[in-house]
Amino acid sequence: MNPPLLLRSVSRTYGAGARTVHALRDVSLHIGAGEFVAIMGPSGSGKSTLLTIAGGMETPSMGNVLVDGTDIAGLSRSALARLRRERIGYVFQSFNLLPALTAAENVAMPLELDGVKRKEARRRSVVQLETLGLGDRVDQFPDDLSGGEQQRVAIARALVTGGKLVLADEPTGALDSVNGEAVMRTLRRACNDGAAAMVVTHDAQLAAWADRVVFLRDGRIVDQTETDPGFDHLLTSQAPS
Amino acid sequence: MSIRHSLLALLSTGPKYGQQLKSEFESRTGELWPLNVGQVYTTLNRLERDGLVSAAEEADAALRPYTITPVGQAELDAWLKAPTDSEPPPRDELVMKIMIAASIDPTGSIDVVQSHRRHLLEGMRRYTRLKADDSASTATLMMCDAELFRLEGAVRWLDSVDGRLRSGAVIVAPAVPAAGHQAMVRPEANEVRS
Repeated sequence: MNPPLLLRSVSRTYGAGARTVHALRDVSLHIGAGEFVAIMGPSGSGKSTLLTIAGGMETPSMGNVLVDGTDIAGLSRSALARLRRERIGYVFQSFNLLPALTAAENVAMPLELDGVKRKEARRRSVVQLETLGLGDRVDQFPDDLSGGEQQRVAIARALVTGGKLVLADEPTGALDSVNGEAVMRTLRRACNDGAAAMVVTHDAQLAAWADRVVFLRDGRIVDQTETDPGFDHLLTSQAPS
Repeated sequence: MSIRHSLLALLSTGPKYGQQLKSEFESRTGELWPLNVGQVYTTLNRLERDGLVSAAEEADAALRPYTITPVGQAELDAWLKAPTDSEPPPRDELVMKIMIAASIDPTGSIDVVQSHRRHLLEGMRRYTRLKADDSASTATLMMCDAELFRLEGAVRWLDSVDGRLRSGAVIVAPAVPAAGHQAMVRPEANEVRS
């Protein structure tokens, strides 16, 4: 079984010559199904670059990014867009919900964009919200929800397409500690149910919810807490041609 | 942690047996601080000697219910409101290790800092796993939070140390000028400069 995310010797540079910036240097990382990985590091360590490359929003200068075993470098623009829509959910610090739509409508939106009929999209959206403990909020508008609830709706939206990979950038950065904890419980529960999550953060309390904490510095992985050996052999094998 | 005052606090809600005090203490601290029953009876004997509790006359200590006295209640009230002992700063082993490592080898100590950061995160993960259990009591959540905030404080301190070390700042000014060199600069660095 392929891991939801596999980065193999990924490097990313910006600029050229004397002004070359090495944002990532030879980073190899896997995230297994059901695994929650936190990425920590000081500002400028490459955390955000790692997230955008993992999500196919940027391409690596060297190395491979595999989502569910598919090397995204080999995909056409439209195939990459479809893979991102179907397999990867994004959660940002600002919740990015549309204020004129209810919670259920926000969550249903990626499904409707994929051509799912409105009624079916609503049904799946409501199920996803119920799974994350938001069953009594489905018809509320974002303004009527707390910050923590809005972020949990955003997580529901990230998971509703059945994608198993959630990428989050400081998802509790705009929340107080009680709401932040509710968001982390939600992400933890999603991973217990089989999703994989990569969360970039500088907040140790948030990172402590992860199965594994990876420390970045100057674009390199310098350390990590205990490692699940399940996919280590994939990190050194040949990239698919 | 004052077992003595915690037992007084438990007795302030009514008379209790030794075993009962042990169980209540543990449940109220989220089961994170197990208490030896022998320790409970030793403490109760001292409290009785000092007139802070009284016990019914029974031959078997396990069958004697203990009651807080008015003097004991006054002692408890004073203890709850008294400031905790936070001055001067405690001699924290982590702080000492980092300060010594940084003063000997500022650059090399960045790895020492990272190693402790990882250990602290692993400790935080253990407490967070306890919190993640949906059946965790509020007492457990509060005790876990206390440890998590303490450990997070240490991680944040390490982050700031890391920033200072990486800025290349001189950690300690030389106490005595030694042959024109700063005492805390590594020997190989001196060789390069000279």
